[in-house]
Amino acid sequence: MDCYTANWNPLGDSAFYRKYELYSMDWDLKEELRDCLVAAAPYGGPIALLRNPWRKEKATSIRPVLEIYSASGLPLASLLWKSGPVVSLGWSAEEELLCVQEDGVVLVYGLHGDFRRHFSMGNEVLQNRVLDARIFHTEFGSGLAILTGAHRFTLSANVGDLKLRRMPEVPGLQSAPSCWTTLCQDRVAHILLAVGPDLYLLDHAACSAVTLPGLAPGVSSFLQMAVSFTYRHLALFTDTGYIWMGTSSLKEKLCEFNCNIRAPPKQMVWCSRPRSKERAVVVAWERRLMVVGDAPESIQYKQLTIQVLLDRLVLRRLYPLAIQICEYLRLPEVQGVSRILAHWACYKVQQKDVSDEDVARAINQKLGDTPGVSYSDIAARAYGCGRTELAIKLLEYEPRSGEQVPLLLKMKRSKLALSKAIESGDTDLVFTVLLHLKNELNRGDFFMTLRNQPMALSLYRQFCKHQELETLKDLYNQDDNHQELGSFHIRASYAAEERIEGRVAALQTAADAFYKAKNEFAAKATEDQMRLLRLQRRLEDELGGHFVDLSLHDTVTTLILGGHSKRAEQLARDFRIPDKRLWWLKLTALADLEDWEELEKFSKSKKSPIGYLPFVEICMKQHNKYEAKKYASRVGPEQKVKALLLVGDVAQAADVAIEHRNEAELSLVLSHCTGATDGATADKIQRARAQAQKK
Amino acid sequence: MAAHLSYGRVNLNVLREAVRRELREFLDKCAGSKAIVWDEYLTGPFGLIAQYSLLKEHEVEKMFTLKGSRLPAADVKNIIFFVRPRLELMDIIAENVLSEDRRGPTRDFHILFVPRRSLLCEQRLKDLGVLGSFIHREEYSLDLIPFDGDLLSMESEGAFKECYLESDQTSLYHAAKGLMTLQALYGTIPQIFGKGECARQVANMMIRMKREFTGSQNSIFPVFDNLLLLDRNVDLLTPLATQLTYEGLIDEIYGIQNSYVKLPPEKFAPKKQGDGGKDLPTEAKKLQLNSAEELYAEIRDKNFNAVGSVLSKRAKVISAAFEERHNAKTVGEIKQFVSQLPHMQAARGSLANHTSIAELIKDVTTSEDFFDKLTVEQEFMSGVDTDKVNSYIEDCIAQKHPLIKVLRLVCLQSVCNSGLKQKVLDYYKREILQTYGYEHILTLYNLEKAGLLKPQTGGRNNYPTIRKTLRLWMDDVNEQNPTDISYVYSGYAPLSVRLAQLLSRPGWRSIEEVLRILPGPHFEERQPLPTGLQKKRQPGENRVTLIFFLGGVTFAEIAALRFLSQLEDGGTEYVIATTKLMNGSSWIESLMEKPF
Repeated sequence: MDCYTANWNPLGDSAFYRKYELYSMDWDLKEELRDCLVAAAPYGGPIALLRNPWRKEKATSIRPVLEIYSASGLPLASLLWKSGPVVSLGWSAEEELLCVQEDGVVLVYGLHGDFRRHFSMGNEVLQNRVLDARIFHTEFGSGLAILTGAHRFTLSANVGDLKLRRMPEVPGLQSAPSCWTTLCQDRVAHILLAVGPDLYLLDHAACSAVTLPGLAPGVSSFLQMAVSFTYRHLALFTDTGYIWMGTSSLKEKLCEFNCNIRAPPKQMVWCSRPRSKERAVVVAWERRLMVVGDAPESIQYKQLTIQVLLDRLVLRRLYPLAIQICEYLRLPEVQGVSRILAHWACYKVQQKDVSDEDVARAINQKLGDTPGVSYSDIAARAYGCGRTELAIKLLEYEPRSGEQVPLLLKMKRSKLALSKAIESGDTDLVFTVLLHLKNELNRGDFFMTLRNQPMALSLYRQFCKHQELETLKDLYNQDDNHQELGSFHIRASYAAEERIEGRVAALQTAADAFYKAKNEFAAKATEDQMRLLRLQRRLEDELGGHFVDLSLHDTVTTLILGGHSKRAEQLARDFRIPDKRLWWLKLTALADLEDWEELEKFSKSKKSPIGYLPFVEICMKQHNKYEAKKYASRVGPEQKVKALLLVGDVAQAADVAIEHRNEAELSLVLSHCTGATDGATADKIQRARAQAQKK
Repeated sequence: MAAHLSYGRVNLNVLREAVRRELREFLDKCAGSKAIVWDEYLTGPFGLIAQYSLLKEHEVEKMFTLKGSRLPAADVKNIIFFVRPRLELMDIIAENVLSEDRRGPTRDFHILFVPRRSLLCEQRLKDLGVLGSFIHREEYSLDLIPFDGDLLSMESEGAFKECYLESDQTSLYHAAKGLMTLQALYGTIPQIFGKGECARQVANMMIRMKREFTGSQNSIFPVFDNLLLLDRNVDLLTPLATQLTYEGLIDEIYGIQNSYVKLPPEKFAPKKQGDGGKDLPTEAKKLQLNSAEELYAEIRDKNFNAVGSVLSKRAKVISAAFEERHNAKTVGEIKQFVSQLPHMQAARGSLANHTSIAELIKDVTTSEDFFDKLTVEQEFMSGVDTDKVNSYIEDCIAQKHPLIKVLRLVCLQSVCNSGLKQKVLDYYKREILQTYGYEHILTLYNLEKAGLLKPQTGGRNNYPTIRKTLRLWMDDVNEQNPTDISYVYSGYAPLSVRLAQLLSRPGWRSIEEVLRILPGPHFEERQPLPTGLQKKRQPGENRVTLIFFLGGVTFAEIAALRFLSQLEDGGTEYVIATTKLMNGSSWIESLMEKPF
């Protein structure tokens, strides 16, 4: 009895082992364990067990039961499984239990069996079903890899921030690989799989065939593979009973062993103690266990940080202990006490026997404005427990609208969400709520809601202007905003309609709206536009060429340029173009035509309302000094000097300036005197100036 | 590289470095080679933050412009879209991604929203079935971009239109966010002043955001003493007038975009003898304009009439410096001379450039039409004949001068008359519609909505009161050695800057009456500081005011503020921020609507 070696048994020649019960599990299972899906969390975390998982027939008599035990065997939770068939169980690094269903839906539970959330691994997985699934842990969190019935892999490197990657196809893969595992190299997750004698490495971009250095010959298939917890080592078991152990970079073989057992093992795992240099692989068959080892290497790891320790305490609801540790370690509030308090609050909201008011008050009393506490997270938890009213009360303490709004929407308190979004000034948030409301309410109610929120209404109008023109019209109609309706139809007359009749009709609607808006000017202008448009159409038919959408001014110009001056006159009269502008227009058009004869006739038709300097200017612009001179003499005294200078008659300009005794004109002429030719003129001016000064 | 940003009273390089760091961090998240697909509008502003070399250091190998259908081929691991959060851009991105999926090896897609992530856009991507294709969807809070040592801009071209025409305060929200970023880097600004509806909203948002950030106590010693938020619609007049500073005129005539200007190349042709001018460059000359260039820093804010003398003085100094070589006798002296050569050559190049620019501008400013236009503007601003149809404007319309020019003048007249008589207004409108086309009825309506063009209500013209109280028109302006901000418009003192000046001394209480006439509320808010951070000003030490123009600012206004900063007894130095650097033409253009 007292002999220490009494319960040790020999193992081989030089080793002994003993077997003793660490903890007794509180489950009454014996042989049935083999029929259960089992998953143990890393670092001595809880153990999950799904009884009767395989139930192909639809019989409801024996439902699967999900049970969770602590590592020391205490039952933590037990619940009837009511969802679909489960293919695989696993724990995330945050001690959340992931239950992977055949249809690719993953249900997530806390360690007390509380349902957290679910997500799907995508359509491809849904269609082809899950054949196999692996949960793996990286420095970023816990990932999930799925092998589908179509023998394709889909992977998410972090289930906390789900981004699905569909891995490339393995060429020529007809059946499921004989074994596979996930590897993590250079911060990227890969999949290593075996097909017959071949090994393939998949990353998200490519599938590459790989070989094992120093692999013994004769292998026709791999039966098992195992990767170590740190992803540094890899072991493979072949159909020849041979075990290859090496680095998972596939660059180095560490050792090999031939065990002469050709039966496929049930399980193969790496094992080692922290800080131990011994690395070993344990291979298990139905009734046999084998330890293959020796790969010296120094390994240290400190994965279980203080944060993780605190998380574990919180998960086990040991809040006071966690807070004491934080205070002892003097952790900053945000990382320490306030985080624990937030967790406590999340637990608190689940106490259904306490009233909403009391819970909200208790939480606010304890948390106050503690930095780093997210009231919206706590509210989300309350809502998750079906306590919407409590959630709304808690949200009132949340200062960040960006956090309030999404939850309010989720709780279908869209109108409250809208006013919170508007308060924040964040237009994107307002838009988000609006689109929600639009789907949620019927049109009438939606418009009514908008009406009471002018800021939201104007934003929604902008949205409609670019996305839903018809709705924009309805909005203006509802508000009897005839001015905007008018503008709306003006725009429509350009955008939607090709035919003149259609455009005119749209303009008529616009004009009517402008009348209703008591904007007489716009209404009349629009009617003028309709008249012009019809006329332009007729001109195109009768004269050919392009008239539609020219301005009135340009239409008249085009007619003159085309030699249709009668029609031009008529049009100018019809639309009452002011005389001054008509003179400019004709002057410009005739000069463009270089029809000097007609221009002269025009200039004499009556006294020019714009004077004659423009005639001089435009002739000079066309480099016709001869014609320009004709008009220079008719320019009024005020602009005479300018006109004479334009046609290059410096001497006469000087005479006029001297006559005017105008200093500005004198210096203007002087600045035009160039070289020897104007020397005499310059002297004349200087003399006149001197004389003027004497007086 | 951006040393000129640190020359001012507030080191804006700190901000630039902060946004550069954020960019690098994002690029490093997408490990491996990358191609960036650009929302074209962003490339200009980004150029002020990061050159291609920075992107290259982070494995950016290709750059494309965002457009429909397929992406150009690129052998890279990551494709990153740099976009503004706009729905129409999301549609293009989806098209790109969907056509990419059908080809070859898959790549990683990412989106960087500038300046903010948008749920609305993400929803659109989701509806189009591509949201899941993006590994990283992040935002890059590039709200305020440092343009110069005292100048920040959001370069948001639609800001004025959105705020005043569409009641869309998105850009105000971004402005508030930008101000929060500034405060995170430069400390809490203890006092906020403001005038205008938008100013009020931005202040409210800031106060709210501060509450949201409780817990992260700002422990930076405040650099700014005040913040002044000003609505553009408090002063609609100033941008309409033609700017008469050197920089202002360059912008009026050629348009400065993200601190670059494109100029006609002829004046910049290398002068070679016997060349016969056959190889004239055809591509526009592109120059960067900022205070990193010593000469430009000296002349940019001067009235253009005072630029010529500086240039000729500078020419003499430089040629004298080159003449020094004849005096260099000993090896030491020659070495000394040679060591200064690069600097002298740069100075000579800079002088040559600005002499050419000044010549180009002079061609315009000495033209008769420019003179006539200026005369009309000055008449309006000094209150002459603002209530009847102006014959110069009439002639401009009759000769079909550019519509923007006509609109600027009509709006200026309207603003200087507190609105036009209905008959005058209708006459102008009718002339414009008949001459330029009826489609402009939409533009005219926009201008009316913005208050730029309006009928006079109540038959009362408030402008003379405002002009006299704020001394907006100064008859005795000194363009060469100015004593008042009115030099930037040769007589007109920009209203906005006058408000800032009066706030600093003697305070707005002295102009309560005018403040009530101008649109929107005026207000003051205090942001309490912990005792350790309260400033004890040394005697004679100037206050630093951050002045934020909501809806845009002109170079002439900036020049006027710099003038105030430099006044010896001014008491206040200004750092200027805005939603957009603009001028009257770009402003009016942003309000125009072209239905076809």
